Amino acid sequence: MEGFPILTLITFLPILGMVLILFMPSVQKQWIKITALVVTILQVVLAAVLLANFNYEAVGVNQAETFQFVEQFRWIEIYGGSWLGTIKIDYFLGVDGLSIPMVLLTAIISLIALISSWKIDNAVKGYFALYLLLDTGMMGVFVALDFFLFYVFWELMLLPMYFLIGIWGGPRKEYAAIKFFIYTLLGSVFMLLVMIGLYFSASEKLGDGTLAHTFNLLALMDQSNYAPDGILSPLNPHNLRFIAYIALFVGFAIKIPMFPFHTWLPDAHVEAPTPISVILAGVLLKMGTYGILRISFPIFPEITRDLAWYIGLFGMINIIYGALVALAQKDFKKLIAYSSVSHMGYVLLGMASLTTVGMTGAILQMFNHGTITAMLFLLVGVIYDRAHTRDINGFGGLATQMPAYTGYITVAFFAAIGLPGLSGFISEALVFVGAFGVPEIRTITIISALGILLGACYMLWTLQRIFFGKLNEKWSSLQDLDLREYIMLVPLAIIVLLLGIYPSALIDVMTSSVNYLVEIMLPTTTTISSIGF
Amino acid sequence: MSENLLIQLSVTILFLPLLGFFAVIFLNKKIPNMYKFELGVISLTFIATLLVLYGKLSGYIDETIIGTFNWIDFGKVPVLGSVTIELGVKLDNVAVIMLFTVNLISMLVHYYSVAYMKDDIRYNLYFAYLGIFTFSMLGIVITHNLLMMYIFWELVGLSSYLLIGFWFEKDSAADAGKKAFLVNRVGDIGMFIGILILYTNYHTFTFDEIFAQIQNGVIPFGSSGWLTAAGILVFMGAVGKSAQFPLHVWLPDAMEGPTPVSALIHAATMVAAGVYLVARIFAMLTADAMVFIAVVGAITSFVAATIAITQNDIKKVLAYSTVSQLGYMVMSLGVGAYAFAFFHLVTHAFFKACLFLGSGSVIQAMHHEQDIREMGGLRKKLPITYVTFLISTLAISGIPLTSGFLSKDGILAGTLAFGDLTGHWLIPAIGFTVALLTAFYMFRLVILTFHGKPRNKEKYDHAHESPKLMTVPLIVLSTLSIFIFYTPNPLSPDAGWFLGEWISTPQTVVPQSSAFEFMNDGTTGTSNEIIHSQIYEDAMHHAHYPAMFLSLALAGLGIFLAFVFYQWKKISADKFAESIKPIYQFSLNKWYVDEIYHYTVISGTLAFSKILHWFDAYIVDGIVNGSAALTRLISRISGLIDTYIVDGLVNFTALFSGFMGLSLRRLQTGKVQTYIVFVIFSVFVLLWVFNSI
Repeated sequence: MEGFPILTLITFLPILGMVLILFMPSVQKQWIKITALVVTILQVVLAAVLLANFNYEAVGVNQAETFQFVEQFRWIEIYGGSWLGTIKIDYFLGVDGLSIPMVLLTAIISLIALISSWKIDNAVKGYFALYLLLDTGMMGVFVALDFFLFYVFWELMLLPMYFLIGIWGGPRKEYAAIKFFIYTLLGSVFMLLVMIGLYFSASEKLGDGTLAHTFNLLALMDQSNYAPDGILSPLNPHNLRFIAYIALFVGFAIKIPMFPFHTWLPDAHVEAPTPISVILAGVLLKMGTYGILRISFPIFPEITRDLAWYIGLFGMINIIYGALVALAQKDFKKLIAYSSVSHMGYVLLGMASLTTVGMTGAILQMFNHGTITAMLFLLVGVIYDRAHTRDINGFGGLATQMPAYTGYITVAFFAAIGLPGLSGFISEALVFVGAFGVPEIRTITIISALGILLGACYMLWTLQRIFFGKLNEKWSSLQDLDLREYIMLVPLAIIVLLLGIYPSALIDVMTSSVNYLVEIMLPTTTTISSIGF
Repeated sequence: MSENLLIQLSVTILFLPLLGFFAVIFLNKKIPNMYKFELGVISLTFIATLLVLYGKLSGYIDETIIGTFNWIDFGKVPVLGSVTIELGVKLDNVAVIMLFTVNLISMLVHYYSVAYMKDDIRYNLYFAYLGIFTFSMLGIVITHNLLMMYIFWELVGLSSYLLIGFWFEKDSAADAGKKAFLVNRVGDIGMFIGILILYTNYHTFTFDEIFAQIQNGVIPFGSSGWLTAAGILVFMGAVGKSAQFPLHVWLPDAMEGPTPVSALIHAATMVAAGVYLVARIFAMLTADAMVFIAVVGAITSFVAATIAITQNDIKKVLAYSTVSQLGYMVMSLGVGAYAFAFFHLVTHAFFKACLFLGSGSVIQAMHHEQDIREMGGLRKKLPITYVTFLISTLAISGIPLTSGFLSKDGILAGTLAFGDLTGHWLIPAIGFTVALLTAFYMFRLVILTFHGKPRNKEKYDHAHESPKLMTVPLIVLSTLSIFIFYTPNPLSPDAGWFLGEWISTPQTVVPQSSAFEFMNDGTTGTSNEIIHSQIYEDAMHHAHYPAMFLSLALAGLGIFLAFVFYQWKKISADKFAESIKPIYQFSLNKWYVDEIYHYTVISGTLAFSKILHWFDAYIVDGIVNGSAALTRLISRISGLIDTYIVDGLVNFTALFSGFMGLSLRRLQTGKVQTYIVFVIFSVFVLLWVFNSI
């Protein structure tokens, strides 16, 4: 694998596909779809190659030399005058145990959502071109190791998303799209400010011995790179790191979405077409929590420790609040959207524990929520395609009419409420085990455990209202799953089951990195060398 | 048989029914009669179980066989070092006897169901569900750690949900399934937190490792109060699963499921899992935890018995009887009579399964009539069902020569001994009262169903005995309710192999100061070695005959009263009920527990969720939309400012210039005469100006 730019390939392959599509005549709908399909299949293959060649021992996190599949070269270099110095931005890609699960998730969900997009029939060319652009943006966020590059990908994903919701969405698509766009952009502004602040506070030693400001995330994680007078320098007694942390956190929290910044999500989900909902819940939400893990935690370890309790608290609020609001929903898709809010709370709680078990649970939960919620949104889409309604109370008795569909939705529901044997259980259990072990957030963890019950309440109640009871005659002509739908659902169901039974398949990939991250998050009294790295 | 072989066999036993489940689920559309595969699988499972039972009891009677493997490895964790999560199998006598009990009843129920369910539209699916249930239940039985216990605990919850709601077209069935799952989850949260407390302190889920650490003096968070709390919280799981008060409400509703399911899951095996769980953690229960458990068990057995008396649905009577008997077992563990609790679990499993399957036979004969007021006189029509039902009723009432007599008597002796040693006399008092009530309501059931004259002639005339597939299981189960399978001496269970050789009480590991004195006689031993304190043995011994006579007298009285009321009708039951109407209504309405939950917890949660929904839509999102609106307002104002003030200034300038231009244009007339006038005028003005300077 040495020297082969596999990360560039996996990231920019979709753009290549997009260019190809743009050259195609827009009447060739089938060819456009096939091109996009081939691209996403290749992406999954590349992700598999990545995993196969991944070194489970290498830690990454803040060590440039142990990142894998690294590609690094100077991208932008401008002399900005005496005050700015030379602005240097690296094209710096690499993966470690924290990002590889997300890369896998992105590849898988992109493919599944693409199959789900097969039904798109208006403005096909535009849709698939934007879809592939979105794909590049998502993948780029998870492989970028330069803050500027990260930011570029972060923004890159925003634009296609806006159009995909705003053009191919439901009745209130403009409102939802603008809300999504502006809300995320607001977060981006915070992120941009922090990024610039960090840039001016830290500098990296170049090959010729001179110092230069840097966007390199790994350099920003090294506290010795900061100038004593930088505004975000830990050495500066009057630094603004606390405020910067909050600002950055809000930027990521909007994406998660964390209470109280979550209200864009239900609107976006309800209006977005099914495949876009799948992408949104399956991948996009994870960028928030991934950003916190990748950037906030290692760059601001001391503030993370101080604020861990609050992160856990917001996790708890997400879990309980999301579940309770979900309980009151009548729109099937909105219910799933709020269940996402609830389930992302487990990720926050796990991260707040700052323990290996809790953080492993959090990352696993990011992956599992991605696959489970993707399944749920696909299934909602299936019924909406047929019945043209999502009113939970308007159904009833579908189990007799659509047994296979009922079977898959039962699997997805029970995975979502953490039934052992399915993947959701493992991640939730690990989050609880990790968080309970930390005395400060123990009470929060106990209250969060109520989420296990509330989750079961809304899911089982929904299951009953839609599928049980006498069949509503109105629905006696609904068809059960077709082949295309099986192709989307079966792989996800297999992943959900497999990770429920054999979670080590994914846990082993991340343990080295997670352990190392936990290590560097410890108060400085324990030195890293004592562990032997 | 080698230890390894036993472990491998037991793992095979565990996974065979799962194989059955998947095979039937995925192939039943393609291959007709897939249920036969599941029948084969369960028969094979049973044969393997017999091998394990024999191998364990013949070769390793005093040993515990453990097999483990690493499930999750967290590598080298900072501060803690190596952290792994282990799964494993623990085969001790309790486990293999339980394996046998579960698989025997499961197999009988499978065969019984072939006839009972034969016209069902989801016939094959039903057998698949039985398969996944058996798998989950076996997992609980053979696990050696709490995490795996919890995993399979939830899985039996799933299979219970699927089977209660098997006829989901009926709203009541769908409701009951959901209720069962949710009520169980309430208990499971407690159990989960209990497990978390133990894991946080001991960094292991394994029973024996936890016990070993407690024995070494490691107490959760350094306080024995936390040890008590951990015990009680884990016990909460049992409160849910074994339908203990106040979470007992799901079990009677669970009778919406097919009757063989009620027999297997909601009478014999799954509901006993709670008892099994408490038995598994028995060694770490503190004195306070034991009292708590004993009290919960006693309350449960009493509440359920008082409700069972007035119910008219044959399955409901049996359901409440199950709740009551589970309360007995839990109480028995609470008072330290460990062996008798487990013994009663096994004997109850057989006779209660027999009773439920018998009721299924009656219900089918009566064309799905479940109301005992519509029955009567059925003993002539259903002789085999009647005899087996009667034997099981004698067993549950505690009449000599039955297995129930042996186990129940032991429990009552245990409560007496407990009262004697600790002064908690209320517990034996409740225990004996319940013995009276049990005999009464069970014979009420038998008399109203099988004796007297038929009260619904039409249904009676169409009734006929069930086919062999159904009666043979009844015969097998009622036969197992006879004493001889457990002890040669019909009056003393201790003399037999079951309690004498197979089952004995684990030594407590709780520190002296927080355990009952009688549980801890100072002898050291590992938790596998079985030592029961001499004080307790003596107290039990003294209590044995008083308990036996008292319970016999009470059971006799109960049966006599049942005959007085229902057979001989010396006293009219209706008039008697009328005379104590408030009490009767209270019992008939199940102590109004469901209503209380409905109007407090359920309505409260739903109302709260509606309020939060409103809050979310109008406050949280209101702020978002509000700030958007505010932004728009500000932009409009700045737009106005821009249009009228900023741009106004610009326009004003332009306007002014234009105005000036317009005004000055008049000067430019193009006529020479006018210009000359201007010039002359200007010259005069200039002259005047310069002169005045």
